Amino acid sequence: MKLITAIIKPFKLDEVRDALSELGVQGLTVAEVKGFGRQKGHTELYRGAEYVVDFLPKVKLEIAVSSDSQAAVVEAICNAAQTGKIGDGKIFVSDLQQVVRIRTGETDEQAL
Amino acid sequence: MSYCKSVALRGLYAIILVIVPGVSFAAEELSSGDTAWMLTSTVLVLLMTIPGLALFYGGMVRSKNVLSVLMQCFAITGLISLLWAVYGYSLAFSSGGSFIGGLDKLFLAGVTVDSLQGTIPETVFVAFQMTFAIITPALIVGAFAERMKFSAMLVFMALWLTLVYLPVCYWVWGGGWLGGYGILDFAGGTVVHINAGMAGLAACLVLGPRRGYPQIHMPPNNLGYTVIGASLLWVGWFGFNAGSEVAADGVAGMAMLVTQLATAAAAISWMCMEWLNHGKPSVLGIASGAVAGLVAITPASGSVGPMGAIAIGLASGVICFYTSTRVKRALGYDDSLDVFGIHAIGGIVGALLTGVFSAVSLGGSGLGDGNASIGGQLAAQAIGVGATVIYSFIISFVVLKVLDAVLGLRVADDEEEQGLDLSLHDERGYIL
Repeated sequence: MKLITAIIKPFKLDEVRDALSELGVQGLTVAEVKGFGRQKGHTELYRGAEYVVDFLPKVKLEIAVSSDSQAAVVEAICNAAQTGKIGDGKIFVSDLQQVVRIRTGETDEQAL
Repeated sequence: MSYCKSVALRGLYAIILVIVPGVSFAAEELSSGDTAWMLTSTVLVLLMTIPGLALFYGGMVRSKNVLSVLMQCFAITGLISLLWAVYGYSLAFSSGGSFIGGLDKLFLAGVTVDSLQGTIPETVFVAFQMTFAIITPALIVGAFAERMKFSAMLVFMALWLTLVYLPVCYWVWGGGWLGGYGILDFAGGTVVHINAGMAGLAACLVLGPRRGYPQIHMPPNNLGYTVIGASLLWVGWFGFNAGSEVAADGVAGMAMLVTQLATAAAAISWMCMEWLNHGKPSVLGIASGAVAGLVAITPASGSVGPMGAIAIGLASGVICFYTSTRVKRALGYDDSLDVFGIHAIGGIVGALLTGVFSAVSLGGSGLGDGNASIGGQLAAQAIGVGATVIYSFIISFVVLKVLDAVLGLRVADDEEEQGLDLSLHDERGYIL
């Protein structure tokens, strides 16, 4: 099993979610985060005080998938989240040691 | 005259008064028109502090301090109301020497349901002037926002009202020494704005800057509040300026009109200055510009005409833009919400330009008593400005220094870091 973490631009969330649904992914977790990579921040101005804001709002998705689905899911996220401009984000894939469904106690593949 | 004749005359008089309201044959009868307007004005000016100023300032501080500002404004409203009733009104408005009024009206003695002040009940005049005494110290809050102890602030405000506001108010409006120069200060350019502005400068110098200023970002937490506050200030100011006529008449009408025009001119001019200087206009800028215009037209509202008002507004918007941005940053003091930059400077600009645009030749309704030329009027205005600037700054500075030694003015570093809402009030402004 794999844990796929994707940082994407916030307005791409709906597109990515739809693409994942089509693949049969049944659940995911979303968090609003801030971050920066190569994309520059922006300036804000309040009564003559200029601030450079480095951190940009992003959305982080976490999806637990079976190892077989990994490639398809990664590709789907890439296609849906891409704009071609700097700041599109990144995907991290890590190994998932254990998964448990709390309600029933099912584990691993049954819990995905 | 015979009994029958006097009764008939009184009957006739009563009939005429009923048919023609506002007509007064004797000196100073109660005018229901004037009274109705002044009752309304009082309410409008109170609205300027709560919640106008409270929100205007509250939205500009960091979120961890939003409640502390609201608390300060609300507490000042309560505290000053009480002090005004006990001794403030008497010292500001009852007859005394050239420096301060007397104690005839201590505890509002003699102010009854029927007492008159001109054509309105004295109670209404007491309340109206009370709202001025409330908003003036509340303005100073902006200079020490985010770092002053609440307890020390309350003590400071009580002392400041007594030692600074009451004398200056008496000098200009109560019969004190500034009355003899023909100074034109219709609604309080000196008494309210320069007074508060100079005290604000003293406060930010004595307290020192906020921790981390200017390196740490301290952007406004809720500009929506600020705009709502500025709007309430704009609307409420009609009570402040037009109400200062203490009558519902042509002068009040003109005061309303010139207030609107000066404010609009200043809002637009600050917006344009920002657009030119930074490339984009901002909502904080246009709201600040409006306030700068309101401040500047305050002393002028009883004697300038519409075009003069526009000129005053344009000047104030441009000048206050610089003093609140470039000049402040260059000189390095942390006047957090620009009490000096807008109220002192705007007040000075307005007070001086009042001397110019009150002239009939420039559309005004006439210069002050005893001043035959614009130059003469400017000199008189300068006296008023100078007296207020010097007195307010020095006394405020001294009071603050003494209080700092006795009570301590600033919160501890960790309290300032945590935010005043939690550390001083055990509350959070936003539980989202």
